[in-house]
Amino acid sequence: MLSIEQLKKSLFVSLWFAFLTFPLLVIKVDPIERTVQWRWENMALVAAGSFLVSLLVRVFQVQQERRRERRATGEFVDRVPIMQIILSEPRYLYTLSGAVLLCSLVFPFLFSTYQTNIMITALMYVMLGLGLNIVVGLAGLLDLGYVAFYAVGAYSYALLNYHFDVGFWMALPIGALLAALFGVLLGFPVLRLRGDYLAIVTLGFGEIIRLILENWNEFSEGPSGISNISRPGFFGIELSLEHAILYLYYLMIAMVVFTIFVVNRLQDSRIGRAWVALREDEIACQAMGIDKRKTKLTAFALGATWAGIVGVIFAAKTTFINPASFTFLESAIILCIVVLGGMGSIFGVIVGALILILLPEYLRALSDYRMLAFGAVLVTMMIFRPQGVVANIRRSYQFKSKAEGEG
Amino acid sequence: MQKPVLQVEGLSMDFGGIRAMCELDLDVHQGQIVALIGPNGAGKTTFFNCVTGIYNPTEGNVFLNPPDGSRPIRLNGLKPNQVTKKGMARTFQNIRLFQKMTVLENVMIGRHCRTSSYIFGAVFKTRATRREERETVEKSYRILQQVGLADTVNELAENLPYGAQRRLEIARALATEPFLLLLDEPAAGMNPQETHELDELIKQIRDDGHSILLIEHDMKLVMSLSDKIYVVDYGKKIAEGSPREVSSDPAVIKAYLGEDIDA
Repeated sequence: MLSIEQLKKSLFVSLWFAFLTFPLLVIKVDPIERTVQWRWENMALVAAGSFLVSLLVRVFQVQQERRRERRATGEFVDRVPIMQIILSEPRYLYTLSGAVLLCSLVFPFLFSTYQTNIMITALMYVMLGLGLNIVVGLAGLLDLGYVAFYAVGAYSYALLNYHFDVGFWMALPIGALLAALFGVLLGFPVLRLRGDYLAIVTLGFGEIIRLILENWNEFSEGPSGISNISRPGFFGIELSLEHAILYLYYLMIAMVVFTIFVVNRLQDSRIGRAWVALREDEIACQAMGIDKRKTKLTAFALGATWAGIVGVIFAAKTTFINPASFTFLESAIILCIVVLGGMGSIFGVIVGALILILLPEYLRALSDYRMLAFGAVLVTMMIFRPQGVVANIRRSYQFKSKAEGEG
Repeated sequence: MQKPVLQVEGLSMDFGGIRAMCELDLDVHQGQIVALIGPNGAGKTTFFNCVTGIYNPTEGNVFLNPPDGSRPIRLNGLKPNQVTKKGMARTFQNIRLFQKMTVLENVMIGRHCRTSSYIFGAVFKTRATRREERETVEKSYRILQQVGLADTVNELAENLPYGAQRRLEIARALATEPFLLLLDEPAAGMNPQETHELDELIKQIRDDGHSILLIEHDMKLVMSLSDKIYVVDYGKKIAEGSPREVSSDPAVIKAYLGEDIDA
């Protein structure tokens, strides 16, 4: 399987790791007792661990290489991944979605309020992911300031509620519209930018919004935030906290279903195809008669709309917001959801959001290592499965072959 | 006589201090296949980019006279997508397909400028949108049949063999319903068999009522196809005329053809 040469390389990697981690993991100075502890067993662990990981990577690479060779000679036929089969066959897809929906509907009755609450958060990120998916996954515009629109939505509800006592349902479309407006506002100056440049500008935009919220005390109450935001109204009935959470949960389920419906429709439409084409080749796209400006702005505005909606819901859920909820880290997490889940794939984004939001919640015991694991997962994914957990598949037009038979 | 569908007058293009194209005149008449040839770096692709709106020419005028007799359209300063909408489509020298989209979708993109449904229509699947979508699929499929790619509609564009990718580019351009088609080296990298098929395809497209302006290095193809040939070198036109006239023109032989015929 592996040559001696590769074993040697792995051994070298493990030694190098042991050396690198030596000051951190082996030496422990106790300043009170004035002693130095030498924890050599850690070094052994690091060496063994890195040796194994490096070996695994090598085995994987060798397999990949073989598969490629066999594919080139034609004796190896690609197996279609099970996920792709399910997604491309409507029968399976509907059964699966139905089952998932059913599970999510009975979820609050099977688990505690605490779990439901976590699930609400996860669903919010599903929506955020799906919204960003329009911008990043479909239109290919790397947006690192997505959280700005989320903040716009949240603050529009919070401020409207605080000053004018506007209710949740009134604020929802207003927040969405305002966010869309900001989307267009950001869209205009970045129309000419692509790739890294676009990423930097959007990153800056996200920070600007956060800094304004943090420093403009008269407008947004600064870092102390806005509290006592009303929860979503339910035909004027006062709900207990437990029921309010339940209500919010079902609201989120409905919203997510709505989002999936809309994004799915958009994806297979004229405008959805234009987005993908824009991602693939901007010049060819224009030469085919697509208005780059309009298409890009639409993508920004629509993506932002979703962030705005979730922002309003977020404000209603926590009843308290301050700028600390809208840091760059949020943008990064949402982006990770999209990239990890699978760019452009609705199902992938849902899976990505659930993994990235639920896992840290349930692995609280390991919370010290959360960021470490996060980074490691990202690096591994990008090396071994850059297309994400569930890769996007293009719609195929089956009835065409029939038409050919007729014609 | 009818006005030429494409009328280029004194077109010049400067890049900084360099004049890449100098006062070029060129006419394409309805139903003609016109070839633009010249050595590498002569400014042929620059010409295409000026005409299609990717560059804004420094001097000169580009007019489109739609064969249906409607008013002439001045193309200077229009964006590429507007130019396409006016009825002139192009292909690219280095293939620029939408690699991760299927063959059919690539052609459907070409239909974009002839359709109009937007967000509202897409989300609610209104009757108009559904009809438009059905038409888009059908028309795209018919074009794919025409260029001989009907068997690969659901393949990703990147998985097609090279010759098929070239034909897909032509199909995509045809989907925009142009009356004038600009082909930038359509035979580049093709084997003789593929070139022959391309020759047939281009003639067929012409017979369908399209006018064609062609940049090509394959002299056999150019000579067999063209009604008229323009030769450029260093951004200047050095000859124009029928294939026979051009191939015997001493200036052309000196600049370009001489080596090619010897070879």
